[in-house]
This record gives sequence, C-alpha cells and structure tokens, in this order.
Amino acid sequence: MAEVATNHPMDEIKNDPRVPAELNNNVFITTLDKLYNWGRKRSMWPMLFGLACCAIEMICTAASRHDLARFGWELMRPSPRQADLMIVSGTVTKKMVPQIVRLYNQMPEPRYVIAMGACATSGGPFKEGYNVVSGIDKFLPVDVYIPGCPPRPEALLHGFIKLQEKIEKQSLRTVSWYRKGEATVVPVPVLGPDLTDLRRAQEIVGRVQANQTEAVQPAA
Amino acid sequence: MSETTPAPATATPAKPAPKAAPAARHAEKKPAVTLATMTPEMNAVQQHFGEVLIQPAPFEGFLVTDPAKVRDVALFLRDQLHFEMLSNQTAVDYPAENVIEVVYHVSHISGGRPLCFKTRVPRDESVAVPSVTPVYPGAEFQEREIYDMYGVRFSEHPDLRRILMWEGFNGWPLRKDWKEAYYEGDTKPFDSRWPGGHHKLAEERVPWADNVNYPPGFDPNAYVSNPDGNLYESMLTGTNGHELSAPEIDIGADTVVGVEPGLKTDQIIVNMGPQHPSTHGVLRMVVRIDGETITDLKLVLGYLHRNHEKIGERNTWLHNIPYTDRLDYICGMANEMGYVIAVERMMGIQPTERAEYLRVIMAELTRIQSHFWAIGFVLNDLGAFYTPALYFITERDLIIDLFEAVTGSRMMCNYMRFGGVARDFTPEQLARARELVFERIPRAIDELERLLSDNEIIKARTIGVGYMSAERSIAYSLTGPCLRAAGVPYDIRRADPYSIYDRFDFDIPVLYGGDVYDRYRIRVLEMRQSLRILEQALNQIDQTPAGDIQAGKKAYNHRVPAGQTYARVETPKGELGFYLVSDGGQNPWRYHVRSSSFINLNSMREMTIGQKVADAVVILGSLDIVLGEVDR
Ligand code: SF4
Repeated sequence: MAEVATNHPMDEIKNDPRVPAELNNNVFITTLDKLYNWGRKRSMWPMLFGLACCAIEMICTAASRHDLARFGWELMRPSPRQADLMIVSGTVTKKMVPQIVRLYNQMPEPRYVIAMGACATSGGPFKEGYNVVSGIDKFLPVDVYIPGCPPRPEALLHGFIKLQEKIEKQSLRTVSWYRKGEATVVPVPVLGPDLTDLRRAQEIVGRVQANQTEAVQPAA
Repeated sequence: MSETTPAPATATPAKPAPKAAPAARHAEKKPAVTLATMTPEMNAVQQHFGEVLIQPAPFEGFLVTDPAKVRDVALFLRDQLHFEMLSNQTAVDYPAENVIEVVYHVSHISGGRPLCFKTRVPRDESVAVPSVTPVYPGAEFQEREIYDMYGVRFSEHPDLRRILMWEGFNGWPLRKDWKEAYYEGDTKPFDSRWPGGHHKLAEERVPWADNVNYPPGFDPNAYVSNPDGNLYESMLTGTNGHELSAPEIDIGADTVVGVEPGLKTDQIIVNMGPQHPSTHGVLRMVVRIDGETITDLKLVLGYLHRNHEKIGERNTWLHNIPYTDRLDYICGMANEMGYVIAVERMMGIQPTERAEYLRVIMAELTRIQSHFWAIGFVLNDLGAFYTPALYFITERDLIIDLFEAVTGSRMMCNYMRFGGVARDFTPEQLARARELVFERIPRAIDELERLLSDNEIIKARTIGVGYMSAERSIAYSLTGPCLRAAGVPYDIRRADPYSIYDRFDFDIPVLYGGDVYDRYRIRVLEMRQSLRILEQALNQIDQTPAGDIQAGKKAYNHRVPAGQTYARVETPKGELGFYLVSDGGQNPWRYHVRSSSFINLNSMREMTIGQKVADAVVILGSLDIVLGEVDR
C-alpha cells in the first residue's frame, strides 16, 4: 500500500505489542470513518460551473500555476450527477437561481457547496441590484464561504482545505445521507413578478393580502 | 423654435414633485442647456425631411419629433449619408417631461465621430416606435433591451420579448421612478454609508427581509410562471417572428439550409445552457435541430444581469470605475479606459502625458492577455480540452502579475482615474513590463502559432465555419476582431481615435475569410500589433516625468457639467461605448454601456443556421463573449 502522511492512524499502532512484527507496515488498523473521509476528501469532483468573474479565478486555480490537481480535486465534471461539490463562483441572479437550485438537487449526496466571493456570499458589489440574490445561502446550505472580489486562487485553495477539514470531522453514523428518509430537496424558486421562494409561499400570500387591506383602508 | 421643442433634457430642476425627486440633492443648480450645433450631415437630414421633423437636440445630435418617422430617417442615413453601422441604441427616461427618449448613434464604417439622433415617446407606452431592425438588423437585441428596461414598444420588431429579465417581471427597471427592493435613496452616497450612519443590513430595512417585492394580489400558489414567453412555440412552428419583418428587406437566413431535400425528419428543440461547459458562462442557446444540423437558434440572455446600469445611475461618477472592471472581467483595464475617457470628455479635462502612456500600456497588455484567453478557450471548444488553454493561461498569469504589482489586484484593477491613473509604475515594474513585451510574449506568440496555425484538425474544424460576410457583419453591428476577420478594417483606435493612439505606428490587421479560422488568426495578428504599440510606448514613456500621473487635484466627488456624450474605445472584444447623460450633479442621470459582446451575439443566429451543433459551440467561442458584458 502506498505511503501515507505521517499523521495517519497507522502511526498509533506502529509500536503496539499486540501486532506481530511481520505484519507491521502491511496491515493498517483504523476507523472506518477515518478511512472513508481520507479517501473522500482527496477526490472531490467539483462541478464545472462558472457564474461570473470569480469563475475566471477558479479556472486559474485549476490551471498550471496553482494546480488544483495537487489536492485531487481537478476532475471537474459538467454534469451535476457526477459532481459532489458545487462552487458557486459568482453573482447569483434571480434569473439564474432556479437553475442553480435544480443543479444542487440533481447532485448526489454527499454534496457540498462553496460560496466563492462576495457575490455568492452576500450579493457583493451588486447586492442592491434588482436581479441579484443576496447570497446563495438564501437557498442552499453553504459549507465554506470565501471572501474576496474575486478571491485569489490561494484563497480558493484555502477554502478547499477548510472544506477538507470539515469533511474529516464527519462520521458515517451521523451523516444524513446514510439515514432513513428522503434526501433534502430544495424547492426550485419560481420566476413570478419577482423571485418567489416557495418555502415562503404562505407568508407571501398572507402579507400581500394584509398589504392590500392596508392600502384599501385609508382610501375608504 | 416651435412648440414641439422639448424642454431641456435635464429633468431635475423642473421636477414638480417635492418629495423623492430624482437627484433632489442638486436641485438648486439649474444647468444651462445648449442645443447641438448643426453639422453638415444634420443639415442634410433637415433639408430632406424638413425643419418640423428634424430639430437640433439638447447637447448632441438631432431630434426626430415624430417617432413614426424614425425608420425613414434611419434609412436615409444609411443609404444617402452612408452611416452603415448602428453603433448604439438606448433610451433615457425624463419623468419631469413625461417622455422617454430613444437615442441612436450611427457610424461611418470609414471612421469619424458617430452621428446621434433621438426621438421621444410618452412614458405611458401609448406610442410605439417603428423598429429600425429592417434597416439595421443589429438593433434587434438593443431594442429588446430598451423594451425590457423602459417599456418602450417597437412596432414590427421581429421578436419583442424581454431579454435580460424574464417574461412576467413586474415593472420597467431602468425608469427613474422604479425602485428596487433594497431602495435606499436616489443617489449615493447613501446615508447608511456615511460614518455615523445606521448600520443595518439591507435585509433588515425592507418589508420582505429579502431582495424582493410583490405586487398587490400576487398569489404564488396560483401563479403560472412562463419566463421564456412564447419562445418554444415560435421556434417549433417556425413563426419565430423574423418573418414578420418588412418583407422587402432580407433579415437573415430564415430558410432551412443544409437539410437534405426529400428526407423527412423531426425537428427537435434542445437547450444548451445556462449551465453548459461550452457556453463560457451562463448563456443559454435554444437550438432547433434536424439531426445534427441547426435549423434555428435563439439566445436567452440575462442570467448574469447584475443591474450595472441601475446601480451605475445611483453611484457617483467615481464609484463606477470599479464596476466597469466587472463588465468584461477578462479585460477590466480596457473598460475603465472607456469610462474615464467618456467622463473626461464631459468634464473637459485631459490626463497627463505619463498617465496616457500608462493607460495605453495597460490597455494593450489587456488586449494580449484577453486574446490569449480567447484563443485558449476556442481550442477548448474544439475539443482540445485544456491543453492549449493551460499554456496560454500561464502567459496570461505573467501579465496579470504585473497588473497586480501595479494596482494591487489581479483582475479588478480599479486603476484609472478621471485625469490620470491611480499609481505609477516603479522602475522595476517598467523593467518587468519590458521583459514581457520584448522577450517573453513574442516567443509565446511564436509558439502559439507553431502549435496551432497549421494544425490539420483546427483547419478542418474552423475553415468555412460560422461564415459571415462583410456586409452582414456591418449590418449586424458586429465589431472587434470578428468584423476585421470579415474584411472590414474598422478599429476604433483608428476610426475614431482616442487617447494617444495617433502617435503610434501600428496596423489594423484585416483578414477576409469571415470564418472561425480567420477570427483566430486575426487575434494572433492583433497581439503582434499590440506588441508594436507596447514597444513604442515603453520606449517613449521615459520621456515623461515619473510620478506625474494625475492632472489636477485628486477628488472624490466630481461634478460633471450637464451634457451628454457617447465615447467609445476598442476593447479586445470590439467597440465598447459609454453613453452618459449628466444633469450637472454628482451622479450620472443615464449611464449606458454599449457592450460589444452583447451586440456581437446578435449575429450568432445567422452564423449558426445550417451548421452542425458542435460548430455552434465553436462559433460562440470565436465570438469571444464575456457574460459580464453581455448581460451587464
Ligand atoms: S465577488 Fe467580485 S469577482 Fe466575484 S463574481 Fe462578484 S463581482 Fe465578480
């Protein structure tokens, strides 16, 4: 088996007297969680999916100088079915967000979301715009936020490492995708007179009616 | 002057509403309105159509007092006065006079300042303007944008739907009285942004706790969403609107070409994008295909519509400089240059000599790195997945490093200022620029050509693909390398010179193939010409005093005299224009970006019909669009 990093669980048992000498360096004992996460975090397949200016820095990160392949993350897949990481790299507009949510729903579990840059985090410089969503976390659960406009490639790498740390802490016993029940599906927002989040439909109905009565009363 | 002469274009002082008057901040100042002086060309139009119809407009151009005659005027301008190309078309809202002004800029392909003409329609949508698409097909997207943003209807337009927003969106966003959900004030700086202002998130200030607004009576459960309008139906039935245009004028290849006669096949509609590896961002192509052959194509835009213009009209003049970086985010410097030149023209100031050189150096380096990027990604689209692109990104990174050293940012440089630039090059940075220009980049371009220009596969895939003739290119307002690859030597640096480009010895390369291969080759040739300019600029810059980079004092709040201007520069993508209207205040009254990526896309339909699906991807790549500039 290939040599692994020095902090590998292997070290803990190297000198364990219960392990016969001839088995040393040939048998690994570890927890399933650690093995599972170790493999997982080093072979993320991000979705090839650029939104705006930040996507250019994402491409630069994947290119030769910054070389995303060092982390085992270079296999970008255009299809959400084959990807387990969505890098929201740019401004999320109202017109685009139904598609983003649909792509997220199409990704198999386990799946992660990185909000790259000010726009994906909060709307950024374009926050006040009428067609801009104030951050993708209004719709999707975000794992790592990366500040910057655009974040430098190093910052994106830092974000990746943070996500690796997060993955390391997950346990097979508690992760949602091995539990019973339906996978979480985010309802796809609807493009009405303005962007409509269907999870808020009831509230919208109520408030629109309340506003109407307010508006009618002074006139009456 | 007759009764119909409109009041001054500057709406602020006359605004009757006391509260929420747009730009009330500078209401005390009454700017003088000057009428445009009549040029010989304007006189010719006036003679032909009469003084009742044609009058000098405020500040610039002439006014067509009867909107119904706009198409006749356009036809006269094109056929009699030889303004072959529609450079720019936009609208301006003047609520005080209750009009929306539609503004056209037309150009000679042989060069010179563009000619401006305007017409005015009431804001209540009662009057439609005849579409000029039969005269200038390049108006198609621009008219759709005006309809989308202002609600101005264009009669006999081939396909009048919303373009940047979706069908069903509530309101006409660029009208001055339309307020976005996070509305805080008409103009910046907002109170919340001052020291001591409140520190509330926008979400906490607004009724819906989010960036949304719903009209009365809206019921999300009953609402039937149809964001594309009748897009699919019109494409399936073939009545996609283009046939409705004036029959005597040929508007494009509507007939199904490339399909075997006698072979009956079903046509199907396929969506490519907005999430698709070939679309260079969030563009959506809807194609009707017959087997592998494209029989119709429509583009759906707006997936990156970031409300640049609405935000730009709230911003102060200075605020907009970093926003222009985010238009075409590959070439931020070139965009900045266009914007500062436009504002300088209105303020009547000149940058210092050294600043001019620094701007040219930055703009030409930008052109080189943008063309590297463009070529790399055309190759990507051809199927040479990433290998060539990686080489070119390496070279681009070196240029970007220089940008970063000088400005502090890799892409969003925020470097140019009104009357100068923000920082000077140090001697080391100049040496680095020289090393790049004299040593590194020429070799990289040689290598690029060795690798690609004679490559058998590239030739087989690109020669004759996506052809567009010179005439059609001009009609479609195609600009930039794509136009020059079709045999038209039209480059703003020569056609309407700006900055100090008249000092340099360089050529405008022209090729005649009009296909994807020539669009690739012209970019290589342009990079070499950019190097020539850079060599001269880097040699001459030492004659200017170091550190002299800003004319006048540095200022944060610029007041730009009342007026209007259309200034344009040649970015790596084509003609980038800024149409600015000032009412004398700290903020633009109108801030319009004439984006070449957006208008170049207009011609894509005609280029692709009859080609294979895989070619559509390559044709899109050869147009070299950047979605930030397409959707703004
Ligand atoms: S954060 Fe900045 S760089 Fe990134 S998408 Fe937004 S504007 Fe562009």
